[in-house]
Amino acid sequence: MLDALLQYRGQLLQGLEITLIVGVASFLLGFLIAAVLAPLAVYGNSITRRIIMGYVGLIRGLPELLVIFLVFYGGTVLLTKLVGEYVEVDALTAGIVSLAVVAAAYLTEILRGALVSVSSGQWEAALSLGFRRPRAFHLVILPQMMARALPGLGNQWLVTLKESALVSVVGLEELMRKSVVAAGATHQPLAFYLAAAGLYVMVTAVSNLAFKAYETRLTVHLR
Amino acid sequence: MLSFELFLPAFLAVKNGFILTLTITLASFALGQVLALPLALALNAKGKALRVPASTYTFLVRGSPLLVQLFIVYYGLGQIEAVRQSFLWPMLRSPIYCAILAIGLNSAAYAAELLAGAIRQLPPGQWEAGRSLGLCSGVLMLKIILPQAYRAILPAIGNELVLVMKGSTLASAVTVMEMTGAARVFVAKSYAPFETFLIAGAIYLLLGAIFGRIFRFIETRTTTPGR
Repeated sequence: MLDALLQYRGQLLQGLEITLIVGVASFLLGFLIAAVLAPLAVYGNSITRRIIMGYVGLIRGLPELLVIFLVFYGGTVLLTKLVGEYVEVDALTAGIVSLAVVAAAYLTEILRGALVSVSSGQWEAALSLGFRRPRAFHLVILPQMMARALPGLGNQWLVTLKESALVSVVGLEELMRKSVVAAGATHQPLAFYLAAAGLYVMVTAVSNLAFKAYETRLTVHLR
Repeated sequence: MLSFELFLPAFLAVKNGFILTLTITLASFALGQVLALPLALALNAKGKALRVPASTYTFLVRGSPLLVQLFIVYYGLGQIEAVRQSFLWPMLRSPIYCAILAIGLNSAAYAAELLAGAIRQLPPGQWEAGRSLGLCSGVLMLKIILPQAYRAILPAIGNELVLVMKGSTLASAVTVMEMTGAARVFVAKSYAPFETFLIAGAIYLLLGAIFGRIFRFIETRTTTPGR
């Protein structure tokens, strides 16, 4: 069992690298989208607000695997029709895009909640001190908002990282897919899936510690 | 871009998986809730002998993807000789039972953390009042602590049911032809991903909405008057 694991060690670590790339890329992309949508969901007009909340509700109700299939197979058909010849969306792009679309919905909700929880008195105080709105947001609202959003953000990062395993179903060579291939080749499924689980747990444990440390730094003023 | 004449055959193909989706969802949710209660009590136990294994379990399950856990159960367990000899083997060979087991075990970890958190959040006066009335710890737990804890996490349990429903799609990765699996097979035949996955998505949304309704109904029925 150990021999097989050692033999495929390089493959698994390569897979872990892809897993981290997909996780980080889709989390960052999702965060960028959410950073635009969340303020619009709070300060926008009623139509914008309704559209954004509709998107959030829609994605929260849909299984992630279905979104991945929709982007992967749907993207291929769409691009093929647009270009006029057969184009296949590669699994990496499809994975990052679909996970980002999912993460963006949850992150919008997290950031929106954090933004709403900063009391309007903070805005009034900042404006009455003569700050302009962008500067008031940057110096007064944003730090308080981020302190409140951080637990949610950390949680969503872990969710996105774990969801990246689903992209293996459409053939992306990340940690899960590498373990499937190695398990098939060596007839040692238990060893390889346990090893994969162990690697995921390791990453989540390290991320947890990092987020906890950052949180204690950001919330010094609350203690 | 969408061709509407494909919606009907897509619907007919996807609907075949509906019963399986519903069965897996409800069975794993039930399994998860049944296991969550002892697990939550163990998480809050005073002795380390119970607390450490329980928190290790929830840490490991919540730290790794459901897909890996499903593969460990479905492909991995069969490798152990003792499992193949046991009376459970006929069940563990079936992908549907494996999916229910894996999703249920996964859901149990999340639900247990929820319940344990809710129990910890209750004011200590609840225990003191119960003890001063002479209730033994079993009755105290059953009649005073758990009803309040469950009432507090009822919305979150409803959420968990929707998460389990979303997790049931992973069963398609171990050859179970539930809705997502059926949809994928139909896409391979018809080359109509948008129509098929949109139909499947709509059914999932509908099912999630129904689950939400049911839980909101239970909530209105169980709220304490005056709150």
